[in-house]
Amino acid sequence: MAKVIVVTSGKGGVGKTTTSAAFAAGLALRGHKTVVIDFDVGLRNLDLVMGCERRVVFDFINVINGDANLNQALIKDKRNDNLFIFPTSQTRDKDALKREGVERVLEELKKTFDYIICDSPAGIEHGAITALYFADSAVIVTNPEVSSVRDSDRIIGILSSRSRRAERNEPPVDIHLLLTRYDPDRVVKGEMLTVEDVREILSIPLLGVIPESESVLRASNTGTPVVFDADSPAGRAYVDAVARFLGEQREMRFVKPEKRGFFRVLFGRA
Amino acid sequence: MKLFNYLFAPRPKSAAIAKERLKIVLAHERASRDAPDFLPRLQKDLLTVVGRYVQINEEMIHVNLGKSGDTSLLEINIEIGGAKPNEGRLAPAS
Ligand SMILES: Nc1ncnc2c1ncn2[C@@H]1O[C@H](COP(=O)(O)OP(=O)(O)OP(=O)(O)O)[C@@H](O)[C@H]1O
Ligand SMILES: [Mg+2]
Repeated sequence: MAKVIVVTSGKGGVGKTTTSAAFAAGLALRGHKTVVIDFDVGLRNLDLVMGCERRVVFDFINVINGDANLNQALIKDKRNDNLFIFPTSQTRDKDALKREGVERVLEELKKTFDYIICDSPAGIEHGAITALYFADSAVIVTNPEVSSVRDSDRIIGILSSRSRRAERNEPPVDIHLLLTRYDPDRVVKGEMLTVEDVREILSIPLLGVIPESESVLRASNTGTPVVFDADSPAGRAYVDAVARFLGEQREMRFVKPEKRGFFRVLFGRA
Repeated sequence: MKLFNYLFAPRPKSAAIAKERLKIVLAHERASRDAPDFLPRLQKDLLTVVGRYVQINEEMIHVNLGKSGDTSLLEINIEIGGAKPNEGRLAPAS
């Protein structure tokens, strides 16, 4: 059965698009046919992060409105045959994302894909609600910082009251915490909430911890999902998170300060 | 010496403060999120009914949904200290 996964957070700029790209690529690397959809209507960015911005012809809204079919709009990733990108429209009409239309498109995608990743816009308005409405699973992207944690709690509340599963009294959306931009050095100094703090406050299961890492910017500069960078701590942490999502047990890495060797201190590369 | 103490006294870590503040604000927000939406209407009705007997205003009525162990409690607190009787000023319910 195809699974719809929403990547959401409430707060903006915490790493939803980075995570959607990494997660989709991670699932594809594990052999699952995966499509990642940009729900951030008006602010198309997933195409850049995935490195396919020059191949966008038709978008999500075109397909919803019946102006293009799925095959015309889906972009096949050049690095992995299992990976497809579904870009959003740059229209300013946010209400273009009609729930019935989205449902129709998702049903059609479910026929050919194993996983459908929905990259939610920030906020708790129409776009964010539409992105989470049809979800079977949710990845809550949270930074170890007060306003991000509070907004995550809000979005968890919305998932358990306003998603389709909630409205239909079906088994609830399977909710996971992904703590990103984690800086173990600052945690040790008592300047940043710990993994345990955030997990205790939000009380949802932890899927992974992604360290703050220079490699993320490098990845988005070049349009490469960070999991394709084998040297990147963030990329490896995402690979682990995907494995846990698929049911594997993996120890948490990158949650303790790294012991830095002399050369690392001198030529430090995160 | 004072300056020395100021500079080197152990200060609470800011992360610990963040955690405490989050716990408090989220407990509050979760409670109001889960509150059934009839509470404001109940409060209004109570104001009308009790107002037939004593002069009160909105701030004197507190309606809350609480929990004690496994049972949900509807708590209604009405201050009437100093409130004047309100005989005959309001027509009884029709
Ligand atoms: N682990 C990380 N380490 C360092 N930088 C990161 C990390 N994760 C995300 N970033 C950076 O944070 C910024 C915001 O990331 P991203 O665009 O993924 O967030 P978003 O939640 O999708 O934002 P929006 O709410 O605007 O859609 C980007 O510049 C990204 O490179
Ligand atoms: Mg985004």
